[in-house]
Amino acid sequence: MALLQISEPGESPDPHARRHAVGIDLGTTHSLVAAVRSGVAECLPDRDGEVILPSAVRYLADGTTRVGRDALAGAVSDPTNTIVSVKRLMGRGLADVSNAGRLAYDFVDSAEGMVRLRTAAGVKSPVEVSAEILATLRQRAEDTFDAELHGAVITVPAYFDDAQRQATKDAAELAGLNVLRLISEPTAASIAYGLDNASEGLYAVYDLGGGTFDISLLRMTGGVFEVVATGGDSALGGDDIDAALADWALARAGVRAESAGDRRAAVIAARAVKEALSGDERGVFRCTVARAEVAQPIERGDLEAIARPFIDRTIAAVRQVVRDAKVDKAAIDGIVLVGGSTRMPLVRRAVGEFFGREPLTNLDPDQVVALGAARQADALAGNAGAGDLLLLDVVPLSLGIETMGGLVERIIERNSPIPTARAQSFTTFQDGQSAMSIHVVQGERDLVADCRSLARFELRGIPPMVAGAARIEVTFTVDADGLLSVEAREETSGVEASVTVKPSYGLSDDEITRMLSEGFGHAEEDMAARALREAQVDADRLLAAIASALAVDGELLSTEERAEIDRASSALRAARAGNDRDSIERSLKALSEATESFAAERMNRGIRRALAGRRVEDL
Amino acid sequence: MNLANDDFELFGLPPRFALDRGELDSRRRALQAEVHPDRFAGADAASRRAAMQSAVRVNEAYARLGDPLKRAAYLCELAGAPVRAEDNTAMPLEFLRRQMAWRESLDDAASREQVDALARELANERRVAYERLAGELDERRDFAAAAEQVRALMFIERFAADVDDRLVALEG
Repeated sequence: MALLQISEPGESPDPHARRHAVGIDLGTTHSLVAAVRSGVAECLPDRDGEVILPSAVRYLADGTTRVGRDALAGAVSDPTNTIVSVKRLMGRGLADVSNAGRLAYDFVDSAEGMVRLRTAAGVKSPVEVSAEILATLRQRAEDTFDAELHGAVITVPAYFDDAQRQATKDAAELAGLNVLRLISEPTAASIAYGLDNASEGLYAVYDLGGGTFDISLLRMTGGVFEVVATGGDSALGGDDIDAALADWALARAGVRAESAGDRRAAVIAARAVKEALSGDERGVFRCTVARAEVAQPIERGDLEAIARPFIDRTIAAVRQVVRDAKVDKAAIDGIVLVGGSTRMPLVRRAVGEFFGREPLTNLDPDQVVALGAARQADALAGNAGAGDLLLLDVVPLSLGIETMGGLVERIIERNSPIPTARAQSFTTFQDGQSAMSIHVVQGERDLVADCRSLARFELRGIPPMVAGAARIEVTFTVDADGLLSVEAREETSGVEASVTVKPSYGLSDDEITRMLSEGFGHAEEDMAARALREAQVDADRLLAAIASALAVDGELLSTEERAEIDRASSALRAARAGNDRDSIERSLKALSEATESFAAERMNRGIRRALAGRRVEDL
Repeated sequence: MNLANDDFELFGLPPRFALDRGELDSRRRALQAEVHPDRFAGADAASRRAAMQSAVRVNEAYARLGDPLKRAAYLCELAGAPVRAEDNTAMPLEFLRRQMAWRESLDDAASREQVDALARELANERRVAYERLAGELDERRDFAAAAEQVRALMFIERFAADVDDRLVALEG
């Protein structure tokens, strides 16, 4: 889905102007936006000087929406319309939300697809709720720069599966953001950490946030951040400790939560006393539940006994990742702690004991992810001085398909570097079979039932053949955002089988289009005029990109090849001047095709350059 | 050098089994620094597509060269003696006998010590097998013999993973 970037009519974007690109940490509890300004990455504050935006959205009956601290005001009095920790619902079905019955929300009862919430403003998907948070941060950034944003890098937990990543990207596009890249939170943290400390070597990043846990092992080498292995639990975080602590305190006090509001109040009180116990040895859990004042004393030891099982789960994941990476613990040069939950002394102790050394905590664990994302956004926007930053990330969870008997055939193994692609051939089971269904799953278990369902593909139009004669090649591609796409074609006949995709927990393109038309900072406008402007912007972008590619590598072309590209460029420029969208689209396509082999030659030149000065030596 | 070349040519490395891992890693970083899609984030669609394909190709070659068994199988394939593990299971009788003996000792192993002993025996066997493989590929250049050695090592690696899983289960 192309998003519109608006420049003044008739004015093409100046390729040399500094582009405003931001990094956004869309967290379970808190969200932040950061940018590189004058070479320094910093979090952007709101009008009150606060950099942290609570990840809370409140829908009011009058149709208005509150985001952040204003929304939190309704957390106890209006729990069903005040959505917090929505990140835990992204790309998830009702059956996945283990504690759905205990959450204050009014879930729409549906066994299929992503969960939906009934609110005063109508039924909302977690994608729309997240888009409200992102739109607020986008507005904050645009107010700060007094300019349109070029784009944003959004962070996701490393252990987010494909459905959760796709939902995050959809939310960003809904919020009117041009998504430059999705990057993993631990990787973002390591950029901020590594660049600030000029670190080299192998680092473990332990990231325990409000709702997710990630552990990544990264190798840092002169600006290259290479993920070696990653693991975690995308439904484990400080929220779980808050809930367990609230249960404990209410049981001790002999009080029962009677309403959703009571439940919310108890959890808020639990979080407050948990945070206090990071510094103090003892505290008091205070809230009003069932119209009674509760004041339950609690010691740090009590909290640690409650939190221990959750922290043990994180350490088990750390052990697995060290094993996956086939490295010795002693070879790790440092451990970086990220996420608000790592302020707990218990976490610091447990991590320190496992690795046999003190973790590093010299960066603010709340800000470090957004700061790293801002650096990457600056580099992707092509801004001068962004340096030679390069991220080489991996697939967090294996991808495969369902085969006979409900078993999983793995196509792409976890921790494979991205981008990656792998093709697998299949054949028909019956004579004359004309269609085939492919069920794509993600996870490490052998049974389909134990993995995440991502999508079902229907292949139609397979030409009639005897069983086993057709050769259907299915290609899995994971792009640099970590998102999967699947293509299929029948090889022997050359007939393209058509593919329809039904995402298990995603939003359809139609739903996205509807949501887009319903708002999020897009003024109502004539769809045709909008499409024309979009095509014109695409034309300007392509012409600028080709011009700069020609300036750098133009001599790779023969006179004829150069003439062909020049012809196609002139044709596009002429079409751009007119008002015929179809003509612009056709010329765009023609120019794009004319540059196909030029692009391939440029890559080959890059490869030669990479190896220049290195001898093919005999070992 | 370009993307159409074989993996060794793409990385500018000699087509041999012996390999300097540090050199492979550093060449991969240098290649990705040129072709990774992040380097073409603001470029035209054709360049972005070409960058994606190139980065996929570099990662594919890196995975194949970085794994000793895959590298050996690839050398056999380049030399016209493909391993064909899926339809060629021929192995020396002696090796088949030892396979069965190992399987039995893993099934019978009750204690951590017994599994550890098996793991040590296997590690030794593995080391010897890789040395022999290196000899077939780099010195004798007998690719048919090397292909057979690869098939035996594929069994050893799979079995070693099972032994490792058992050790983890015993620890757990």
